Amino acid sequence: MNATPLAIRCRDIVKTYDTGGQVVTALNGVNLDINMGELMMLVGPSGCGKTTLISIIAGILDQTSGDCELFGENLLTLRSKDKLRFRAENIGFVFQAYNLLPALNAAENVSVPLIINGVKRGEAERRAAQMLEKVGLGERTMSLPAQLSGGQQQRVAIARALIHSPRLIVCDEPTSALDHESGQNVMNLLKAVALDQQRVLVIVTHDARIFNFADRIAEMDDGHIVNVAHSAAELK
Amino acid sequence: MNHIALKMLMGDKGKYLGIVMGLTFASLIMTQQPAIFIGLMARSYSFISDVGLPDIWVMDPKVQFIDDIKPMQETELYRVRGITGVEWAMPLYKGLLKARLTDGAFQTCNVVGLDDTTLIGGPAVMLEGKLSDLRRSDAVIIDIDGASEKLAKPAATPDGKKTPLKVGDSLELNDRRAIVVGLAKVTRTFQSQPVIYTTYSRAKSYAPVERKMLSFVLVKAKPGQDKAELVKRIVAITGLEAYTQDDFKKLTYSYFLKNTGIPINFGITIALGFIVGTAIAGQTFYNFTLENLRQFGVLKAMGASNSTLLRMILLQAVVVGSIGYGLGVGIAALFGFLMRHSILAFKMPWQLLVFSGGGVGLICVMVALISIMKVIRLEPAIVFKS
Ligand SMILES: Nc1ncnc2c1ncn2[C@@H]1O[C@H](COP(=O)(O)OP(=O)(O)O)[C@@H](O)[C@H]1O
Ligand SMILES: [Mg+2]
Repeated sequence: MNATPLAIRCRDIVKTYDTGGQVVTALNGVNLDINMGELMMLVGPSGCGKTTLISIIAGILDQTSGDCELFGENLLTLRSKDKLRFRAENIGFVFQAYNLLPALNAAENVSVPLIINGVKRGEAERRAAQMLEKVGLGERTMSLPAQLSGGQQQRVAIARALIHSPRLIVCDEPTSALDHESGQNVMNLLKAVALDQQRVLVIVTHDARIFNFADRIAEMDDGHIVNVAHSAAELK
Repeated sequence: MNHIALKMLMGDKGKYLGIVMGLTFASLIMTQQPAIFIGLMARSYSFISDVGLPDIWVMDPKVQFIDDIKPMQETELYRVRGITGVEWAMPLYKGLLKARLTDGAFQTCNVVGLDDTTLIGGPAVMLEGKLSDLRRSDAVIIDIDGASEKLAKPAATPDGKKTPLKVGDSLELNDRRAIVVGLAKVTRTFQSQPVIYTTYSRAKSYAPVERKMLSFVLVKAKPGQDKAELVKRIVAITGLEAYTQDDFKKLTYSYFLKNTGIPINFGITIALGFIVGTAIAGQTFYNFTLENLRQFGVLKAMGASNSTLLRMILLQAVVVGSIGYGLGVGIAALFGFLMRHSILAFKMPWQLLVFSGGGVGLICVMVALISIMKVIRLEPAIVFKS
C-alpha cells in the first residue's frame, strides 16, 4: 500500500435484491471515499440503503456491480478463504441489537474475534479482560449479557469490535436502542478508544443526537449518496 | 471454538435437555427392546445351554428346533457309540406328558429323561435335593417355577395362597407314581410347562408306549477330535442329523426367527424408537440451531469459516448424542438389572451396544446435517437485520 490515507473507495456500487421475481434496487450507483483516521456517519431515511452499503464495505455482502476497495483490497475478487481471513483480521462489528452470544460472559464474548484469529483461549480471555477495563467494565468480565444493561452490553460489543485491533469498525445504529446518556457514553467511547490514525469508523445512524461526533456525514436517499457534510449544520 | 460451541449448547438449558431427552429416549428404545428380543430368542435354546456338557446333538433329520421332537429307535444310540472320535454318547428323552395332581387336575409337563447311570443333561442348579437322588425309585426332580405355580396345590380358601409342590410330595404321570426328590432352577424357555427331570428308563415308563422313544443322542467328542468332522462322520454313518451345540442353538433360534412374528414386532418397535427419537432430537436440535442462527451469523461475519461452524455443530451433536446414548443405555441396563428376577427376558451383549450406539450416531449425524446445511447457506449479512 502507498502512503495515501484512503481507507475505503467505493465506485458506482449497485446492489439489487431479487426477492422472488421482484427486483429491489437498494444501491443505485454509490461513490464514496473514506480516509484513514476518519469517523464517517451514514445517515438517511429508513430503507435508503445504509445497511446494504456497510455490508458491502465490510465484505459480508457482494455488490451486483461497481468496485469497492478496502485498504486497497477488492474483497469481491478475493477467494472466500482469504476474504474470511481479511474480515477476521481487519473488521470489527457493532450492531444495534448488540448481538452478544448470550451463553458467554463478557470476557468470553470479547475474546471471540481473537479465538477466530487463532489466539489461544487463555491468552484471548486475558486480553479481553484488559479491553473490558478500557471500556469501563473491568468489574463485569464474568457477567452474562442478560445481567448487563443495554449501554453496558454495547460497551462489551465495542470491546469485542476492538480486541483484535481491526482497521475498520462498522457500526449499524449503535445507539438506537439506548437512552440519550448511554448513547453519548457509547459515542464518547468509540471516539476516544476506537478512533486513531490507523483506523476508520463507519457508523450508520439516524440518531441526530450523535451527529456531532462525526468527522463527515454522508447523507443517503433512495440508493444514492446525496450529500457529504462536515457537520450536522451542513446537512440538507 | 469448541468451548464456545459447548457453552452455546448448554446456555439454553431447556433446549439442551429436550435434545438430550430425545436421544436418551431413542437409545433407550433401541437398546432395551432389542435386549428383550435377544433375551427372548436366547430362551428358544436355553434348554440346549442348560444341558451344556455334550458337544454334539444327534437327532432325526426332520427336527427343526429343540422342542420339535421326532423320536428315533434306541438302536441309534449304539450306532453312534460305535463311531470313532466319540468319547461317549448318551440318550435323552424329551416329551410333553400329562401329570395328574393330587386334586385330580391335569397339567402338561415337559418330561426330560436322563441316561440312567450318568444322569448327563441334568439341571445345573439344584435348589433342593441332589441330582443323584433320581436313582431312587419313582424319583423326579421338578423345576422351581413349575413347583410353585402350575404344579402347586390349590389354596384351601378362595383367596388363599397356593401351596408349592415340595420334596416328598407325589404326583401321577400316566397312572404311575412320581415322587419329588429335588427342586431345580431351570432357565426359562419358550415353553411355559413345568419341567420334570427323571431317568431315561423311567421317562419311557411314564410315556405312552411307542416303537421309537429316543429324542436325542448326546455326544461328547474325544479330546482333540475336530467337532465339525465328527458331525459329518455321524451324519454319514447313521443317516441321522447332527449339530454341534452352537449350531443346534442357531438352528433353533433361526426357526423362531423365521416362523414367528417376534422379529417383525420388535423390528417395528425399534424402528419406531429410531424414528421418534430422530424426530424429537432432530426437531429440538434444529430449533436450537435456528434460534442460534444469528449467533452463527455473527461468527460468520467476524470471519469464522463454514468448516469451523460445521465442527461446532458436530461437536454439539456428538455431545448431546453421547450423553443421550449413555443415559439411554444406562436406563436400559438398570431396567434389565431391576427385572433380573422377573419373567422378563433381557440380554445386553456388546454387539447390541454397538448397534444402538450406531443408531444414535446416525440420528446425530442426520440431525446435525440439517442444521449444518442451514448454517452454511446462512448469509452473514443477516447480522445487520434487526
Ligand atoms: N435481504 C434483502 N432482500 C430483499 N430486499 C432487501 C434486503 N435487504 C434490504 N433490502 C431492501 O433494500 C433496501 C435498502 O435496505 P437497507 O440497506 O436495509 O436500508 P437502511 O439500512 O437504510 O434502512 C430496502 O428497500 C430494503 O427493503
Ligand atoms: Mg438499516
